[in-house]
Amino acid sequence: MTAEGIGARVLRKEDKRFITGNGRYTDDMTMQRMGHAAFVRSTHAHARIKSINTDDAMKMPGVDAVLNGHQLVADGIGNIICGWMIHSKDGSPMNMGAYRALESETVRYVGQAIAVVVADTQQQARDAAEAVVVEYEDLPAVVDSLDALKDGAPQLHPEAAGNLIYDWEIGEEAPTDEAFANAAHITRMDIDNNRLVPNPMEPRSALAHFDPSEEHYTLYTTSQNPHVARLVLSAFYNVAPENKLRVVAPDVGGGFGSKIFIYPEEIACLWATKRVGRPVKWTSDRTEAFLTDAHGRDHHSTAELALDANNKITGFRVKTVANLGAYMSLFSSSVPTYLYATLLSGQYNIPNIYANVKAVYTNTTPVDAYRGAGRPEATYVVERMMETAAKEVGMAPAEFRRINFVREFPHQTPVIMAYDAGDYEASLDAAMKAIDYDGFAQRRTQSEAAGKLRGIGMSCYIEACGIAPSQAVGSLGAGVGLWESAEVRVNAVGTIEVLTGSHSHGQGHETTFAQLVSDRLGLPTESISIVHGDTDKVQMGMGTYGSRSGAVGMSAIAKALDKVEAKAKKIAAHLMEASEGDIEIENGELKVTGTDKKLTFTEVSLAAYTAHNLPEGMEPGLKEGAFYDPTNFTFPAGCYICEVEVDPDTGVVSIENFVAADDFGTIINPMIVEGQVHGGLVQGIGQAMLENTQYDEDGQLLTASYMDYTMPRADDVPSFTLETTVTECPGNPLGMKGCGEAGAIGSPPAVINAVTDALGIRDMNMPASPNRVWQLIQDNGMKQAAE
Amino acid sequence: MTTVSMTVNGKQISGEVEDRTLLSTFLRENQGLTGTHIGCDTSQCGACLVHMDGKAVKSCSMLAVQATGSAVTTIEGVSQNGQLHIMQKAFKENHGLQCGFCTPGMIMSAIDMIDRLGTDLDEKTIRHELEGNICRCTGYHNIVKAIKAAADEMAEVLEAAE
Repeated sequence: MTAEGIGARVLRKEDKRFITGNGRYTDDMTMQRMGHAAFVRSTHAHARIKSINTDDAMKMPGVDAVLNGHQLVADGIGNIICGWMIHSKDGSPMNMGAYRALESETVRYVGQAIAVVVADTQQQARDAAEAVVVEYEDLPAVVDSLDALKDGAPQLHPEAAGNLIYDWEIGEEAPTDEAFANAAHITRMDIDNNRLVPNPMEPRSALAHFDPSEEHYTLYTTSQNPHVARLVLSAFYNVAPENKLRVVAPDVGGGFGSKIFIYPEEIACLWATKRVGRPVKWTSDRTEAFLTDAHGRDHHSTAELALDANNKITGFRVKTVANLGAYMSLFSSSVPTYLYATLLSGQYNIPNIYANVKAVYTNTTPVDAYRGAGRPEATYVVERMMETAAKEVGMAPAEFRRINFVREFPHQTPVIMAYDAGDYEASLDAAMKAIDYDGFAQRRTQSEAAGKLRGIGMSCYIEACGIAPSQAVGSLGAGVGLWESAEVRVNAVGTIEVLTGSHSHGQGHETTFAQLVSDRLGLPTESISIVHGDTDKVQMGMGTYGSRSGAVGMSAIAKALDKVEAKAKKIAAHLMEASEGDIEIENGELKVTGTDKKLTFTEVSLAAYTAHNLPEGMEPGLKEGAFYDPTNFTFPAGCYICEVEVDPDTGVVSIENFVAADDFGTIINPMIVEGQVHGGLVQGIGQAMLENTQYDEDGQLLTASYMDYTMPRADDVPSFTLETTVTECPGNPLGMKGCGEAGAIGSPPAVINAVTDALGIRDMNMPASPNRVWQLIQDNGMKQAAE
Repeated sequence: MTTVSMTVNGKQISGEVEDRTLLSTFLRENQGLTGTHIGCDTSQCGACLVHMDGKAVKSCSMLAVQATGSAVTTIEGVSQNGQLHIMQKAFKENHGLQCGFCTPGMIMSAIDMIDRLGTDLDEKTIRHELEGNICRCTGYHNIVKAIKAAADEMAEVLEAAE
């Protein structure tokens, strides 16, 4: 290893441009003759469009065009797809309603795009969009998924009777029922997972340009996966063939899942740019982001846990209703199924699991993957149940978990997953030690003396990252393969460019990916550049989501490096007249083992390109590519413990201490991994304590700005104590598991377990806002108890 | 259209704008200073924060014409003679940024915090003072650490100068 290799806390290469204001985000770009787009959006949650009158708008200053869905359909732009087919338990394919980029007949959520205005300035475009008169015939709306399933509920799509998208199951029902019939104890809970808005700080943006001389489109956009965007825009939306469409995702200001999907606005900008004959840029404002970025979570579940007389788990039964909003977004079908119910075994040995998931249409913004995507929902159900069951049978929560932990690997769960490695007790022990679990009773006494309520709660999460292998996910309904590509280009003077299909939007790939190369070749990271986010530069890739860029993206780089090293060794052996097997690479040099003969990496790469003296038959050059398709998911796991104090007079909950002990396998850069955990924790704590997406009964979004939706701020959260335990992942060459989502997955149940512990109650919904906590205190007569 | 004139990052500039043009739009579109970011429409997120006559202002919440005659400093004007400001360095050294979008506003806010309150800042004060800046990536942990580190270093610099 080098000073900048695997495991080193290397400062980020990308920081300089961001701290000096030189980052280059999509909205920072401008082109000659560029027009600005603004969208006419539905003000109704459910309505038939009677007419769209653009006369006044067209007369306004600077307005170039007002385009609607009729024109879009006439131009052959395809409907928006969902890329993962789910079959109901009766074998029927999911019921998908038609989703157009611009709707001209029936709108189904507030904010849905109806028409697009192109004008000279953004303000002119927005003014004109407001002047478009849409006449609606109101239809009844439904916002809650349970209401949508009731008889007589408003119906959204003719394709989906009863608003049911699918009625899916996993696991074996009969043996699970039998476990419950024979149980010594059953814990039963109704558990909701609140709807969230992802809220990356950079709003979505798209800048589309059509070059008539080449008949070629370019789209600059806020994407986590520009290649997937190009594939879908080309293959399904018929915007342009792939070889005539370049998609660039430059600096992207956070994604958290919400920038995976291809949205109506990107399609409309690409389509409009050719029609109006000028580049077209659209940038979302924050309220548009609240209305149109895919939301996350929104589950209603009923869960039952069966225990035997020794408090070992014998069965787990879960029924979940998932609200997918008004339309199916790109991967929405997979989130409450294969990304959720497959994790219901948690860290535990559970012989029988059965889960049933109903996915439902409602008159709300489409719901899709948001940091964790299904796994936070699973972890929340499992860990609320574990804590509650422990208390019901009179066991310490940690002990109840310990006796049920999976301890032998590989471990096949009843819900598809085969856990490959882990040591759950190690992270539990590390977390309990770091938070001084034994000292809690004393701290609680001190809080009580000060008139406060104190509670402690834990969460032992497991998640599945690096979703794969492609063949397996294909058999489960995925429309894409989930491999990654890499190309390592060694330049003639020994500097290196690594092209990757992963995309960095805050994760620091320009640093960590360079660390891998530095580790292998012994070169400084400053001579290694990471190229990503441009379909003209990188041939193909699957992008960044699901904590896959380390385990999958870097594994592809490692494979390409194997080939580079092998060729470099052949050249070095030839030049030094040594055996190829005797060449080793160290500190940027290729050495003949046991001698003082050596060549610098630069000398070898120069020789590859001068090609004056290469082994017979060898092609010149030093550039190798690889595709890496993993053999299994990876399984990061850990234990989070939260300690809270509640002021019974105000209902304000303060987190007094929060410990996260994570096992991510091999860590490339601890500084960056810690940052990922910090950010994930605050998103999870935000869900548990602050954030909630609220619609009124007519489907108007009440929380559509930062005045109304409570984003976590610096004074809402504490600093964190992080611990690391390591079991290497056997499934990839680097032993990595992934760290991007763990914080958001593991933290919500830890917080709620702590708050319910403080209040001495069993059930409560997120978020634990002062209002809700105060009401619970009043309802349960706890104020007196505390005094 | 109205002509506005002001000093931006030490340079006297002027431009023609619609009366309703926000200072943030003027900086980004007329001046090409795209380091000032727009993250919301309700003056909550702080990504657009700049200094005007030495005070922190949210440039999305005022008109460009209101800045007439003022001296405005944006993130692009914080480094002096190619040297990073101590606060910029501290954000890098403490991994106080991830996607970088909130970072310019955070740095401008943090510099203002020290200008107003001095360098003796504890964690609670820093967290309270950051109330007007939202970050979705870092969980604030390393931003708080960065500001504390910069404040400590600036205190040392001041002490050495005395």
